[in-house]
Amino acid sequence: MSVAPTTVASVSAAPSEAGGAADNILVVKDVTKRFPTPDGSVLAVDDVSMAVRQGEFVSVIGPSGCGKSTLFNVVGGLLTEYEGRVAVAGQPIKGPHASVGMVFQEESTFPWRTVIENVAFPLELEGMAKAKRHEKARHFINMVGLGGFENRYPNELSGGMRQRVSLARTLASEPKILLMDEPFAALDEQTRLLLGDKVLQIQQQLKQTTMLITHNITEAVQLSDRIFVMTYRPGKIKRVVEIDLPRPRTSEVVGSDAFGHYVAQIWADLREEASRGMTDDESRRSNTGTRRK
Amino acid sequence: MSSTAFARSRFGSRFGPALLGFGTLVGLIALMQGLIYFGVLNEFIVPYPIDIFRAFERIIVEEHVFDRFLLTLQECVTAAVLLAIFGISIGAILYKVDLLRRATETWVAAAAAAPTVLMYPLFLVIFGRSAWTIIMMGFIAGLPAVILKTIEGLSGTRRVLINVGRSFNLTHWQIFWKIQLPSALPTIFTGFKLGLIFALINVVGVEFLINFGGLGQLINDLAERYDLAGTYAAICFVILVSVLFFMVVERIERWLTRAV
Repeated sequence: MSVAPTTVASVSAAPSEAGGAADNILVVKDVTKRFPTPDGSVLAVDDVSMAVRQGEFVSVIGPSGCGKSTLFNVVGGLLTEYEGRVAVAGQPIKGPHASVGMVFQEESTFPWRTVIENVAFPLELEGMAKAKRHEKARHFINMVGLGGFENRYPNELSGGMRQRVSLARTLASEPKILLMDEPFAALDEQTRLLLGDKVLQIQQQLKQTTMLITHNITEAVQLSDRIFVMTYRPGKIKRVVEIDLPRPRTSEVVGSDAFGHYVAQIWADLREEASRGMTDDESRRSNTGTRRK
Repeated sequence: MSSTAFARSRFGSRFGPALLGFGTLVGLIALMQGLIYFGVLNEFIVPYPIDIFRAFERIIVEEHVFDRFLLTLQECVTAAVLLAIFGISIGAILYKVDLLRRATETWVAAAAAAPTVLMYPLFLVIFGRSAWTIIMMGFIAGLPAVILKTIEGLSGTRRVLINVGRSFNLTHWQIFWKIQLPSALPTIFTGFKLGLIFALINVVGVEFLINFGGLGQLINDLAERYDLAGTYAAICFVILVSVLFFMVVERIERWLTRAV
């Protein structure tokens, strides 16, 4: 494959105004988040703006501690005290919202519910009749490739299967935007690539707008249309990389030259930030050690 | 067949533990019989197991042990219901109201270790010489364990599960009912079973002390008559209450918590 990688400056990612263009389903405008600490307030996310088009798959990538998860929580509505604005389909949101579905990094299936009961959970909340919600849940279970496991409990499944249950549960709520915070971080590389295929397949099937938070460059390039590279603390958008790899995609794309170019390009940006993070971390540890002495 | 091969066989894996348990019990009874027979144990303090076995007929026919058994069981069930209702509710309230929790948790923990049975005269004054004194003593004795374990279970709910609930826009009440409570059930049941042990001991103990009610009173009567075989036979019925009780509670626990 010889697709030439192209990079677009971050300016194009910022919405011109809240609500943005008609095809922008998610607009994040000038979001800043500070956390109070005993040593004063820490600026976690600084003036982040982005716009995501309907059906687009975007990734936010950055070193540990850059505020990726903070951004995830802001967009998902779990963090409400912040400056700036988040709008979904033109509607400003502040707090959890039915139009945003979240898949978490940690294992989040309900261990007391079977696979089908887990996936049917959001439908149960809507008050849907049991037979109907189970039928609908089965559809999403099959979509994530867990047909035949409906009556198993999470403790009878592998880590990858459990994450697929979480994904199916979120998809069952039919969100306008699917937010995923490093959902495959705890899995081995092969499982991660194969689950990436599954996510691509689902995304192409549902035309699901998706925002993935990750620190894995391969995963981000494999899945995304655009990648937002973040700086180390305070988290800002450093660059936006358009991934011009053909769709439909599979994990086979990992072997292409263009893929390698994208990975190298993103790593060049991330390396500097990750080094800053490491130095900062080391100096903080050494300060703590000095204070203890 | 070797013991390992027996344990691996289908029959062995299904009935092996029960057979081993029963065999151990029979062995212990035979050992007791032997120790008393050879004078190691005094037969005027510990009667022959065979005599205890013979006394069953007498306490069933003459002492109406089944009526007393049912009375003790009834008192235990009432105390258990009260424990479940009030213990879990108080635990949930203390979990929710942080100030209240911090103000009382140490006292509740201290109460768990206190010999509340010594307070029976107070309860006699409040409830009279009735089954309610016994039930309330059982209830009070078991309450701290249920409260503490309910708080522990609810506090131990993983943050990510609560975030899942929040992401689905659940109300505080829905998060509590649909996520925190099911997640806390295994820990709550641990506290509930602990509370039941305290309740059962206190129910029989107070029956014995105030000479009123079911098996405790019967044990008191038989001991005062120096009918040791009858006393031990009545104690066997107390053990039966305990076994029945825990079998039912374990069934309920398995049904409620399933694969947790």
